[in-house]
Amino acid sequence: MVSLEHSEAAAAGTPRRGRGSRALADRWRALPVLARNLLAAAAALLGIFLLTSVTSPITDLHIASVGYYMLAVAGLQLLIGFSGQISLGHGAFMFIGAYTMALLVLHQPMLPLWLNMAATVVVSCVAGVLVGAATARLHGPYLAGATLALAVGLPSLTVRFPELLGGNNGLSITTRGAPPALSGLITNSQWHAVVVWLTTLIGLVILATISSGRMGRRMRAIRDDEAAAALAGIPVGRTKVIAFVISAGCGGLAGASHTYLLGTATPSSFALTLSLSLLAALVLGGLGSLWGALWGAIALVYFELWGTELAHSLDLSTNVANNVPIVLFGVLLILIVLIWPQGLHGMVRRLGALVRRRG
Amino acid sequence: MNHFIDLTLNGLAAGAVYAALALSLVIIYQATRVINFAQPALALIAVYIAYTVTQATGNYWLGFAAALVTGLVLGAATERILIRPVHGTSPLNAVIVTLGLLLVLQGAAGMIWSNEPHSFPYPLDFRGRFSPSDIFALASVGVAALLLFGLYRATPLGLRMRAAAFHPEAARLTGVRVGLMLMTGWAIASVIGALAGMLATPPFVYPNVLDAVFIFGITAAVVGGLENPFGALVGGLLIGVSLSYVSGYAGPELTTLAALAILVVVLSVRPDGLFTRPTARKV
Repeated sequence: MVSLEHSEAAAAGTPRRGRGSRALADRWRALPVLARNLLAAAAALLGIFLLTSVTSPITDLHIASVGYYMLAVAGLQLLIGFSGQISLGHGAFMFIGAYTMALLVLHQPMLPLWLNMAATVVVSCVAGVLVGAATARLHGPYLAGATLALAVGLPSLTVRFPELLGGNNGLSITTRGAPPALSGLITNSQWHAVVVWLTTLIGLVILATISSGRMGRRMRAIRDDEAAAALAGIPVGRTKVIAFVISAGCGGLAGASHTYLLGTATPSSFALTLSLSLLAALVLGGLGSLWGALWGAIALVYFELWGTELAHSLDLSTNVANNVPIVLFGVLLILIVLIWPQGLHGMVRRLGALVRRRG
Repeated sequence: MNHFIDLTLNGLAAGAVYAALALSLVIIYQATRVINFAQPALALIAVYIAYTVTQATGNYWLGFAAALVTGLVLGAATERILIRPVHGTSPLNAVIVTLGLLLVLQGAAGMIWSNEPHSFPYPLDFRGRFSPSDIFALASVGVAALLLFGLYRATPLGLRMRAAAFHPEAARLTGVRVGLMLMTGWAIASVIGALAGMLATPPFVYPNVLDAVFIFGITAAVVGGLENPFGALVGGLLIGVSLSYVSGYAGPELTTLAALAILVVVLSVRPDGLFTRPTARKV
């Protein structure tokens, strides 16, 4: 079995040398998991705030995109990496979240943002219950096939109900920027990034706490040997559906953040490519650790950017340039599996171990 | 009533294509326990090669032959270069590798032939109810299935291939070259995939042209049961006809969701597909 680091805080750079810092590290470890995760999340949010106060608005947008992709990939990590169910259709839940958010803003403009986000989570969790219950008996390739059909089929609903869902052009909304009280302190783009990351970090705290607790152990037991887990008294079906629902909720919330950030929800943003990219990011980052979701999300956002930039700088024809990111991503996926199956997180961890041994 | 007959006949012709794709997935699944998500991309490259050959020579059937040969070569190469190294590791690895290949080949097709659609000819006349093209689709898939059945059941090669898939170690002891047999399975599957691509592509070819068809193909394979080639054929025709009714009576946008609904309903009654016998699992 792969050794797992599920608590965000466990690897969050706790000091390891000196007597005073060792006492501090001990006290840190003595804290309850939830408290550690919350503290780490607060630190991360502060970090995002400081980082975005020195970066340009366009970089803020990229940082915020990393945020919501990370939440979606982390949800997928819980499903695939921890509970061992392969979903190829996670973009469908982002689609549900994005459209729920857009519809709420358009039809109920007075509702506060946090309530919209909460409603989105509820809606996507309900969708997760439906899909999860329908697919609970499926395993491996059968589940992959069903989720694949979901990811391709769902966005076509927008064409079926053009008055409500806006057809191929999708829905666009306007979101409020920074609250007036903070207008001197924080720019609009910075505010957006902080809001998206706050949402993501709340989601991550929940994911990290769940996965290091009893539910997480049950999921890993099912992933490693379903029959043995059932014999040990673990309710296999229920645990699988719960994993599906949590992960659907994360996907929905990520979709809501996407709509909030970009102000649009279009069917083309939720095509099959998105679902495959999320899976790719997960594998790239490394299966079995929530940290992998961070590296994967960064790769997802910046690969697209660098690929496009690279193609432009090499002065390639548009046919070639348009397809550079997708080919790069595919090549990287294959190479990662063939050469380095632990993903980026495996690499980071090995580097960390090297540094520690030297120190 | 006329409309109904039209829809049924159209559904059968479309179903033949889904059946061919499902068959190619099942052959590979039986041989190596891998769902080949790169199948639409392998078929896509074959179709583009056919497009180029047809453009150059002006002869559709030369292009058709070129597509089948391309499928053969690509399938064998994929197994040898990408699938064999991950054989026996986590099943997720094979899924990821084939998805990676899908992205690479679709991107490469866009780079070489551009993302814009090109017009692509039908094999025969396509006008009217149950046109010659439709008959050709049904007939060619039927012939391919019969050839395949003959190969697996009546030739020494087929026997070796079945042995290699059924019990690799025992097969190896009796002198069967297991790797070569698995590679042959991939090559044959991908020829059938290329055939499906040639039938499904017209009137236009562009990099994502086979995505939807692939979804229906995989649905057909899963509904029929991934272990069973006969199930794949029946599943394909079933999906083709049902989706034709959905498209005709409720609207073409709903076909993918209808495919999903059929999948969920069938699998909730029979989780391993219609035609797979339940197997005992050892704990």
